[in-house]
Parts: sequence; structure tokens; C-alpha cells
Amino acid sequence: MARSTFVYVTYIRTTPEQLWSALTDKEFMKQYWFGSHCESEWTAGSPWKLVSGDGVALDAGEIVEADPPRRLVIRWRHQSKPELAVEGDSRCTMELEPTGTAVKLSITHTIEREPSKLIAAVSGGWPKVISNLKSLLETGSIALRDPYPVEKAG
Amino acid sequence: MPERRDTDLLFKALADPSRRKLLDLLHAHDGRTLSELCEHLDMTRQAVTQHLDVLVTANLVATVRRGREKLHFLNPVPLQEIYERWIAKFETRRLKALDNLKRRLEKTNG
Repeated sequence: MARSTFVYVTYIRTTPEQLWSALTDKEFMKQYWFGSHCESEWTAGSPWKLVSGDGVALDAGEIVEADPPRRLVIRWRHQSKPELAVEGDSRCTMELEPTGTAVKLSITHTIEREPSKLIAAVSGGWPKVISNLKSLLETGSIALRDPYPVEKAG
Repeated sequence: MPERRDTDLLFKALADPSRRKLLDLLHAHDGRTLSELCEHLDMTRQAVTQHLDVLVTANLVATVRRGREKLHFLNPVPLQEIYERWIAKFETRRLKALDNLKRRLEKTNG
């Protein structure tokens, strides 16, 4: 079956435990995810959702696998835009692998269709979120406050 | 300093037309095998492998094993970091105006 995937990888100078808590702590997440945060118990089978700063559920699903601080798999379905929601479930896998002084964070997002508007939409956002997360964990401050600074400046 | 080394690897990886072409190929269609990439490049399989290794070391390409195949994915995270570090802070709006002017002038001349 046709499939759309992206794989994003970054090396963050931190520990797997700290990175895991950065990926699952609601308040910490808001700092690097442009005000959005995830809500979940972070155990297999528990519901999961991504909520925007003004309280709109953007995506929802459930935790498929949780193996802290190594591996997290989320069944992920878009909620707010009909053309993305109609594509159905996608799967987001986060893998944390210690490599010397850093942790390799790999995020793989896949949906069983090609092309996919959902994958196109989320692939634009992930690099900014991951880059902010790296910067926050390594230096204590984020790189980008606004996801689309150029457009808003114009 | 590890950060400087990462940046050096990144700019070295980008400083080659074949490697930039590989990134463009992956941007057009992600998740390709070595053989698929070789079809688009006029060089030996071994040379393509070496270029891909440089891109992987710079973290611009990520690989995923699927069965017997190794798939190559464009990893834009380091490019985002270049953008934030080297472009966003240097007044993007004015640079864009200059870039538009350059494009317009070069179009009329060509």
C-alpha cells in the first residue's frame, strides 16, 4: 500500500530521561511547541491529544507503545481541519537513543496513503518544534517564539 | 566544541553540487533506496554511497531499514537550525526584497 513518511532526526545534548520528560511534560512542552501541549497518561492504551494554546484539540488518538525513556508510539488523527481529518489515522514514533554525550531523537510520522495532506502539514511544523526543543534543553532558551515569524512581520 | 563541529560538517556537506542534488531528489520524493537515487545521477554507485555518507554524518539524511532495503530520508532539522542561526536574525524582510530584485533583473536580462 502507498505510504507517506517523514523521518526527522536531531542530536540533543541531554539525557534520555530528561528528553523523555521534555516530550511528555505539559508545561515544559508549551515552551517549545508554540503554546500547544499534549495531554495523556503516556501509557499504552491511554488517550492522547494535542491541544493548542487557546484550547482547541488539534489532533487526537492514543498511545500505542510507551517504553520510557526509549520509545513512544502514538496513533495520531487530525481533528480541526476537515481535509486533514478525512485522511484518518497516522502513526508517530519517537525513538530516543543515547550516543555519547547526546541523545539521538528520531521522529517518524507515517500514514498509509500517498500523497498525504496531513504529512505535508505536520512536516512543516516538526523541524521548528524539534529545533526549539533542542535549543531549550541545551541553552535554556528557545530559538523561535513564533512559528511563522516572517509572514507576521510583513 | 561539539556545536562548531556540527556546523562545519553541515556546511561541508552542502558545499558540493552532487550532494545538493541528492537533497533536491529527496525533497522531491522522500524515502528512496540507493539504486533509485543512482538512476538520477551520472556517477558510480560507490560515489553516490560516499556522498550519502557525508550527508548522513552531517545529519542531513536519515536512513531507515525496511526489510532488506535501506531508505533515505531528507532530514530538514539541521537546515532549520541554519535558518534560525544564519538567516532569520539577519533581517529576512530586506533580504527577501533584494532577492526579488535580483530575480527580476536576471529574468529580464536572460
